[in-house]
Amino acid sequence: MNLTPEKKLAMYRSMVLCRMFEEQVNSLFLQGKLPGTIHQAQGQEASAVGVCQALEEHDMITSTHRPHEHAVARGIPVKYLMAELFAKKTGCCGGKGGSMHIGDAALGMLPAIAIVGGGIPLAAGYALSFQYLKKPNIVACFFGDGASNIGSFHEAINMAAIWDLPVVFVCENNKYGASTAIDQVMKVKRVSDRAAAYGIPGQTIDGNEVEIVYRAMREAAARAREGKGPTLLELETYRLVGHSRSDPGHYRSKEEVAEWKKRDPIARFEATYLTEGLLTDDLIRTIRLSVEQELNEAVAFAEASPAPLPEECLTDVFNE
Amino acid sequence: MSSMNEMVSRPEKEGRKITLVEALREALQEEMRRDERVILLGEDIGVSGGFGGAFTVTLGLAEEFGHHRVIDTPITEAGIAGVATGAALGGLRPVADVQYGDFLFLAMDQLANHAAKLRYMSGGKLRVPLVMRAPVGATTRGAQHAQSLEAFFMHVPGLKVACPSNPYDAKGLLKTAIRLDDPVIFFEHKLLYGSKGSRKEAGGIEVFGTVPQEEYLIPFGEAKVVRSGQAVTLVANLLMVHRAMQAAKNLAAAGIEAEVIDVRTLVPFDWSTLFESVSKTGKLVIVEEDNLTGGWGAEVAARTADRCIGYLQAPIRRVAAPDTPVPFAPIMENFYVPSVERIVTAVTDLM
Ligand SMILES: Cc1ncc(C[n+]2csc(CCOP(=O)(O)OP(=O)(O)O)c2C)c(N)n1
Ligand SMILES: [Mg+2]
Repeated sequence: MNLTPEKKLAMYRSMVLCRMFEEQVNSLFLQGKLPGTIHQAQGQEASAVGVCQALEEHDMITSTHRPHEHAVARGIPVKYLMAELFAKKTGCCGGKGGSMHIGDAALGMLPAIAIVGGGIPLAAGYALSFQYLKKPNIVACFFGDGASNIGSFHEAINMAAIWDLPVVFVCENNKYGASTAIDQVMKVKRVSDRAAAYGIPGQTIDGNEVEIVYRAMREAAARAREGKGPTLLELETYRLVGHSRSDPGHYRSKEEVAEWKKRDPIARFEATYLTEGLLTDDLIRTIRLSVEQELNEAVAFAEASPAPLPEECLTDVFNE
Repeated sequence: MSSMNEMVSRPEKEGRKITLVEALREALQEEMRRDERVILLGEDIGVSGGFGGAFTVTLGLAEEFGHHRVIDTPITEAGIAGVATGAALGGLRPVADVQYGDFLFLAMDQLANHAAKLRYMSGGKLRVPLVMRAPVGATTRGAQHAQSLEAFFMHVPGLKVACPSNPYDAKGLLKTAIRLDDPVIFFEHKLLYGSKGSRKEAGGIEVFGTVPQEEYLIPFGEAKVVRSGQAVTLVANLLMVHRAMQAAKNLAAAGIEAEVIDVRTLVPFDWSTLFESVSKTGKLVIVEEDNLTGGWGAEVAARTADRCIGYLQAPIRRVAAPDTPVPFAPIMENFYVPSVERIVTAVTDLM
């Protein structure tokens, strides 16, 4: 499978948008402009983008407490994401969801589920609806290494396996669940080893190489679309920031963080394609400028948007 | 029954002003020193360089007691509750925790079907000395990190339920919970923790309690009259005790003297303190952060109506959250969580 230059550049821009979105959010958060807490994903762009770029328009993704990059990579306009983080009425959840629940089903992403592992059965169920309704679509289900220890992971993958559901289980193994190193809480070496227990293919790949992720996801997606059932894809990656707003990350060694900084997916892409000529310094600058402008507009939109009324708390509980 | 005001005005030398987090940590520490069977189970509770649990309660305990007693688990709430229940059956005294109370729903089967019922099903031959700690309360984290869950557990026979509002009670009740031979669900309010530095909660209130040097225990089933008054009884738990106290102050300025009762434990419930107060005031306003329908206040209202009907001079009023999930936007969240103003209005409506 050869990727066109356009596709490669689209993936690059999407990664840059993810990264700069997170950086912008971090700075707004530190300025006290965003309420609540945030879990950010700087460093995990290749995984979000590689997976989402391999999807079709009416496919669905499910996400986690760390959903910003999934949402950006899925193509939800950043202004609606930003407005949600600002707790505005124009946000993708009308201000009712917040950082941990961003998403827009109409645009291919269910609201993120902040109960670790809680989204995995939902993904299988959504895939069941695709299968039943004979739609040609699949679900990409994002979750972390830590989530692979929770009951719903095992129950959902087993069901998806026995019913050949059109879903790809995407484990972003960033080595830690909060402060807990995955090798302290999992006896097998790889999350993908667990696929064998359910009789489905499992594969561990470099989650910081966007093209590797894209190709693996295309393959798993094709398999799911053909009715051959789910795949468990494990993407090895790393978050270059803390677990949440207030985490200095003292449980990780400086050496380890430095090692992973060298594997930064965006810097890697740039290094490769500056050499190969797809990218030039000028082009990088142009792309970054356009991303910056998109983000500035998003922030302006969010800041200018009205807040919800207090009483709006009461709506949307039932079909009114 | 000492009042909260008395407690706070104790001379410094008799006690130290500490936060709720520190009080809980001291309770764990003292009980672990006292009894080797006490172990802790939870996510991120003992990792070196880590957080000491989601709200720093267990910080430093792994260093003192070792990782065989401060056990870091995978993310596995059903597993945590079930393993802790099994260990309790086997003679240990586990104190398990979930990072947010909302995750108790994942552990519900183990708690409601097993922990709560094994004593009964065994004809009284087994006991389950388990404590399950859980932070509750709305704190702009959205619908899945915010709920007040007391009523769910109050409904399950076999589970005891504690919900302290201040460091003094938290310490004394947690120590008692650990020594009880029954499973206890121990609720803590995120805005009352008093966490410092980067873990500080926006909107958190500073509740420093004076906690004596010497050891003390607080029995379950004893409510505390934290303010006395003749005009109306306010009954509350957790954060709402503080809102009720503030409301009482505002009402006093208008000449209405409210009595405020902190329930401290919901199971067992101290009905006699409540009924005595209502018999005196003739009016009852129940304040809770949970959704109105089926909240613990519903039970309190029903029992009070049954037992105090001859004394009641007005309808029993409930100030609770509306029947919606917890919204994210602070504007909506503030509408959701009962405010001092809503409590004051509920009272003045009855006058
Ligand atoms: C059921 C449940 N338990 C605990 C938590 C608290 N929590 C939030 S994120 C997290 C770590 C998740 O780790 P992982 O699945 O690896 O995802 P990552 O944060 O690394 O993206 C924990 C323990 C939660 N949200 N849900
Ligand atoms: Mg992880």
